[in-house]
Amino acid sequence: MITLTVNGKTHTIDVEPDTPLLWVLRDHLDLTGTKFGCGIAQCGACTVHLGGRPLRSCVTPVSAAAGQAITTIEGLAGDTLHAVQQAWIEHDVPQCGYCQSGQLMVAAHLVDNNANPSDADIDKAMINICRCGTYPRMRSALHRAAALARDAMADA
Amino acid sequence: MKTHEALPLSRRAFVKSTVAASGGLMLTLALPRADAALNPWTGDAAGTEISAWLTIDPNSQVTIRVAQSEMGEGVFTAMPMLVAEELDCDWSQVKAEYASANRSVRENGVYRRMGTGGSGAVRRSREYLQQAGASARERLKAAAAARWDVDVNTLRTDKGRVFHDASGRSAAYGVLAAEAAAITLAEEPAIRKAGEFKLLGTPLNRLDVPSKVDGSATFGIDVKVPGMVYAAYDACPVWGGALASLDPAPALAVKGVKQVIEVEDGFAVIADSYWQARKGLDALAPNWDLGEHANASSDAMRAEFKTDLDRRGVVAHEEGDAYANLESAETVIEADYDAPYLAHLAMEPVNCTVAIAEDRVDVWTGTQNPESILGAAAEILGRAPETIHVHNCFLGGGFGRRSMPDFARRALAIAKALGPTPVKVLWSREADTRTGHFRPLAALRFKAGFDASGKPVALLNRSATHSILAGFRPEVVQNGLDGSSTEGLENQPYDIAHVSIEHHLKRTPVPVWFWRSVGSSQNGFALEAFIDEMAEAAGQDPLAFRQGLLHKHPAMLNTLNMAAEKASWGRPMAPGTAQGIAIHESFGSICAQVAEVAVTRSGEVRVERVVTAIDCGNTVNPRTIAEQVESSVIYGLSAALWGRSDIENGQVVQQNFDRNRVVKMAEAPAIETHFSLSGGEHWGGIGEPALPPTAPAVVNAIYRITGRRIRALPIAQHDLRWG
Repeated sequence: MITLTVNGKTHTIDVEPDTPLLWVLRDHLDLTGTKFGCGIAQCGACTVHLGGRPLRSCVTPVSAAAGQAITTIEGLAGDTLHAVQQAWIEHDVPQCGYCQSGQLMVAAHLVDNNANPSDADIDKAMINICRCGTYPRMRSALHRAAALARDAMADA
Repeated sequence: MKTHEALPLSRRAFVKSTVAASGGLMLTLALPRADAALNPWTGDAAGTEISAWLTIDPNSQVTIRVAQSEMGEGVFTAMPMLVAEELDCDWSQVKAEYASANRSVRENGVYRRMGTGGSGAVRRSREYLQQAGASARERLKAAAAARWDVDVNTLRTDKGRVFHDASGRSAAYGVLAAEAAAITLAEEPAIRKAGEFKLLGTPLNRLDVPSKVDGSATFGIDVKVPGMVYAAYDACPVWGGALASLDPAPALAVKGVKQVIEVEDGFAVIADSYWQARKGLDALAPNWDLGEHANASSDAMRAEFKTDLDRRGVVAHEEGDAYANLESAETVIEADYDAPYLAHLAMEPVNCTVAIAEDRVDVWTGTQNPESILGAAAEILGRAPETIHVHNCFLGGGFGRRSMPDFARRALAIAKALGPTPVKVLWSREADTRTGHFRPLAALRFKAGFDASGKPVALLNRSATHSILAGFRPEVVQNGLDGSSTEGLENQPYDIAHVSIEHHLKRTPVPVWFWRSVGSSQNGFALEAFIDEMAEAAGQDPLAFRQGLLHKHPAMLNTLNMAAEKASWGRPMAPGTAQGIAIHESFGSICAQVAEVAVTRSGEVRVERVVTAIDCGNTVNPRTIAEQVESSVIYGLSAALWGRSDIENGQVVQQNFDRNRVVKMAEAPAIETHFSLSGGEHWGGIGEPALPPTAPAVVNAIYRITGRRIRALPIAQHDLRWG
């Protein structure tokens, strides 16, 4: 039995400890927003936050995630959408959409930790693969998201 | 087919317990998520069905059925726009859902074109979708006219209401829907033409986007059916090989594994969860009979294709006498090009979920062709097509990969072996790649002759290309010519008096299939790169040379000039950077691009900007068109820079993203899209036409920096150090 805290909820799951976190989220907890793309930590479709940092869940044994806060795309929004989700909608970013959960988890971490990311910051952080080529729109949406987040801070 | 069962739970006992636990009624209720409203296949929309294409609920929400597959190209927005243009509904009250392939089978093909490909969604279904919207609008007006006892011609429609201005009355569509559904029109209304549109041509955000930023959009891989088991599948790594023997014991020893099934050219491990199935699969050491292609090599195939170029081929297109005029030409240049086999690498590995009940079969997957899967299910399971329900999901990328039903056929065979237990079959990335089908290998030769003034007088082209259609639809291959192999060559647009376009139809053991932009992806590269070689031989600027040979094609000239102008063609560039230009017509659209490229002295290539001009005639949604241009440029750029699927010892070398480098954020160029629309009655495609010009525009720029002509893709195989 492994105890996981995902999106603020605690689950006790009967699963082998070497099972990748990705498959526990998808098959056991029905959190299918996190995607399988390569299985070897190359594409980033499986990115979630573990202890607040982006992590590729396809190569992370679930045992390594026990006891830490896990956030998936389903838990990214609070009362309102996260700034990156709002900006992604405004800038019409997703095409097929399959990689976007992972992209958004990386983008959210960037915006949460960098009030004004430069293009170089974006290049360095956003290393997930998108075969639809939404990169130019993700870049402009990231700048927009950072501005939305700054506005929200100023209003607070 | 053999099955190996885990002990102590026999397959029979397992099946029994599954059925007992979940009963037989699960199928129509098998929605895996609480937010089922976001599932594309939800169906049974609340409200009144006006026609097979749309329903209207009491609050005037309109649900429009989409018979094309949403794989990122935007049909879940563009198709509803075509209906809504005529319906005059409130766009904020429009929802989209998939049309049912089962219904189309039962109702005489009511959804017309259900396969998505060939950049055809808009241009092949626009008229009947507009007609569906117009017809519904007129029936709603007729219902209001009857209610109010007024002449229908005194009514107008706007934003989901019918208005009778003379009396100040109006009624919402939701109120009129039931009455409208009972009305038959004496004659179908005319549909609007370019210039009369209210909605078409307006940039709109996509309807599917909100569900794709919170994880709620359902792809095939996300489907969960009550009582479902999971299967991991693998096939012989060499095409045409087979399983010689398999000891299932190591897999059956893995916790959760229930069965090992041998099926077609491979085997599947069945378990309670995917990871258990995968672990079981990885524990096995299958003994493959690799068959007759165990030594197949793409290097050897390429060498053979190139040898064919020494011989005359079948003539695909001829003008004048190219041979005689090459003989008498003042100057002749010649160059050989080639492009490799190439995997699609859609982000979502292929998968398929099947549930077989006594009276119906349900299949969930993301497919570009639900009808082909429906047909495959009927054939493999021996069921009537009317009882097969294919629930299309959002596709995690298509690019042609998902128009082939190969993966569904395997899943159906596995499901058949399992009987009534629903199963989700998922391929690993590596298995998806090696059991997939590839862009054809192609080799091309060009020869051009010039007169003393530098004017081109003759062009000879020979290509040797692995034929897609010879294997898939041999009846359309006439005289050794596969049109999908010679597209972009036989219709080359340049005004040269003597032209011979010849072809050698090739086949190898490698399975080939349609890959985004098909023949134009290699042919556009080779032709447009060679045109730059011709420009140099003629002593002309690449833009001016093309302009001089396109004077009979005003639409191409217009598009070429727009790209050049928007990119400030010829502007001073920093050392180590240059512009390259290319133009190509495919799928009914013309696309010109100027690529601005930097090459470091150590030979590293960086594409900084791609300026695109596109003439797709008219537009439905200019925003999604710009997105498709961006998508095509980046997909084409990945292929141009690094894309290759090498075959060694009968096996694909590059199977996962560790060896298939693709463009990431840091390498993505800035992309501009400009419209050079010819308008009128012309409607071109948009999912593919912006891909072919990218590779040649890039290599043409690289030449101007490095002096190196790149005639073989991918670019990364060439040493580009300079200076």
